[in-house]
Amino acid sequence: MLEIKNLHVKLEEEDKAILKGVDLTVGAGSVHAIMGPNGSGKSTLSYVLAGREGYEVTEGSATLEGTDLLALEPEERAAAGLFLAFQYPVEIPGVGNMTFLRTAVNSQRKARGEAEMSAAEFLKVVREKAKALNIDAEMLKRPVNVGFSGGEKKRNEILQMAMLEPRMCILDETDSGLDVDAMRLVADGVNALRDAGRAFLVITHYQRLLDHIRPDVVHIMADGRIVKTGGPELALLVEEQGYADILAEVA
Amino acid sequence: MAAPQTKADPNAARLAAIRLPEGGVWASEARSAALGRLTAMGLPRRRDEYWRWTDAAALNAAEAAPAATFDPRERPPFDSVDRLKVVFVDGVFDPAASDDLSGAGIEIGRLAEAGERDIHWARHLYGRLEAAGQTPVARPFAALNTATATDGVLIRATGTAARPVALIYLRRSETSDAVLHHVVRVEPGASVTVLESGPAAARLNKVMEVDVAEGGAFHHVRVQGRDHERRAVTHLFARVGKAATFKSFTLTKNGRLTRNEAVIDIAGDGAVAHIAGACVGDGDFHHDDTVFVTHGAVGCESRQVFKKVLRAGATGVFQGKILVKPGAQQTDGYQLSQSLLLDEASQFLAKPELEIYADDVKCSHGSTSGAIDETALFYLRSRGVPAAEATDLLVLAFLAEALDEVEDEALRDEIRGRLDGWLARHRK
Repeated sequence: MLEIKNLHVKLEEEDKAILKGVDLTVGAGSVHAIMGPNGSGKSTLSYVLAGREGYEVTEGSATLEGTDLLALEPEERAAAGLFLAFQYPVEIPGVGNMTFLRTAVNSQRKARGEAEMSAAEFLKVVREKAKALNIDAEMLKRPVNVGFSGGEKKRNEILQMAMLEPRMCILDETDSGLDVDAMRLVADGVNALRDAGRAFLVITHYQRLLDHIRPDVVHIMADGRIVKTGGPELALLVEEQGYADILAEVA
Repeated sequence: MAAPQTKADPNAARLAAIRLPEGGVWASEARSAALGRLTAMGLPRRRDEYWRWTDAAALNAAEAAPAATFDPRERPPFDSVDRLKVVFVDGVFDPAASDDLSGAGIEIGRLAEAGERDIHWARHLYGRLEAAGQTPVARPFAALNTATATDGVLIRATGTAARPVALIYLRRSETSDAVLHHVVRVEPGASVTVLESGPAAARLNKVMEVDVAEGGAFHHVRVQGRDHERRAVTHLFARVGKAATFKSFTLTKNGRLTRNEAVIDIAGDGAVAHIAGACVGDGDFHHDDTVFVTHGAVGCESRQVFKKVLRAGATGVFQGKILVKPGAQQTDGYQLSQSLLLDEASQFLAKPELEIYADDVKCSHGSTSGAIDETALFYLRSRGVPAAEATDLLVLAFLAEALDEVEDEALRDEIRGRLDGWLARHRK
């Protein structure tokens, strides 16, 4: 599904390398987690994959089912099936959440040459999916993320994911700012989307999210590289020992 | 010592050439008085503080500069609204194109006819609010208008007007120089909506005086024509009585020069006055909102919301003032002026002012100028919305607070549709 090879990235504005040769392959149907200390490059990896400006790829490649992601505009990557759940979902005053969702869904359909969803059909689907995430009609009517609590913003991200039905989902610290109940709700939303044709890359600091979204593979990232890869037990190890021992071991 | 050299007023010739139109006694008196005011204050000059950012030369000139007419090839504004149509072509009333000037809850007359009759309600209003609005700031083009206008309508709402009155300004001539003066009187407890649309003339000087009596309501929605080369100076003078409501919204697209002045006197306790504007322009586009709101009564609310989207070298100007007079306690005043600059060639010049002489007052104002929020743009694009559409969404979002000032949903949709059209035409 997602194949990253020897990816090197630096900041555009300054001569600072952030990613220093990331290799990662995520197969369809699997859930991979990336853990690592602050500043290791986890969020940068997610932004570079989604196409955010300000980064320069100096070496390497990233493909989604064989398509060169790095050559595409952000909206083309989305239409190709990539989704990034933001660590800090953006507030957009003046744009209704519903308008936003519908524009997004239909933009992607249009880009893929599919028929647009009718207003009635959209409404039916969005209500159903919102209900499962405990998102009420009021939240759908409000401007995108404006005045939402931390938990509401993250649930709104998952709702977008559910509506857009991407094949490759990247969750960037979706657990940050969530209490236990909110985390369960978000995790249930994610788990409901797990299937053989879809893959997940879950970026997190802590093991606790992985109690709810159980990964198949866990990677440890440090200083712009993936330094260790293992099974779910690796996350438990991090929880017990912290990163210092693991990093010392691979250094 | 040599006597200081005085330059002759470059506008003296224009002033000297003004001939007052013929009319009945009251109209002649009002015109003479206005000419007296104008002669005393003179036409605007560059050094005038109120004309620092807008060049009045094209408005001062003896004749209108030729302006190519423009066929927008679109459904006329408010076409889908059930309305009473009053049509002017190049500033002249067109009876054939207009509806019968009568309707439930409303009386409509023409200035040209009312001026001939000495008994008419408008004699107590024509030029009165304009004259009152000349202090503390001179508004020469409004005085010029009162002195020389021969056409316009006199609207009197006596009850709840059954449908909006739509003033439609068509333009056929490339050199038309129109002067229109409307007077609106909303009787106690009555209400009316006035719609305005169209380019009107190569050069338009328009005044609307609105007197809203106790408990009355006046709603005003205006769409200024899309003609690229037209010029316009307009004045809206309002007196808002006790517990009365005044709400005005203007959408401006294109036009070489637009100066919209609003002078609002909140005179009765518990009155509400909102004035809002959204403008979108590019290139040779200069748009100026100059607003003066005076709170002279207790427990009143005023709101100014002005938003400008500017690109490719367009200029936006906002000069807005809230004056709270002594004794105007429990005043709630709000003023917002913002611009969205879509490139570095465009500029926004703003002068927000508050002057407060009462102590129990809540007044706030904000003025900002900024570019498209790149973070929001990326967020939208990351969900699959193409860059051009995402930008349009953010432009509409920026304008939303001004559009929200249009209370009527159908009218708001109409305005929104006009904006969608402009954005679609200007998509990169």
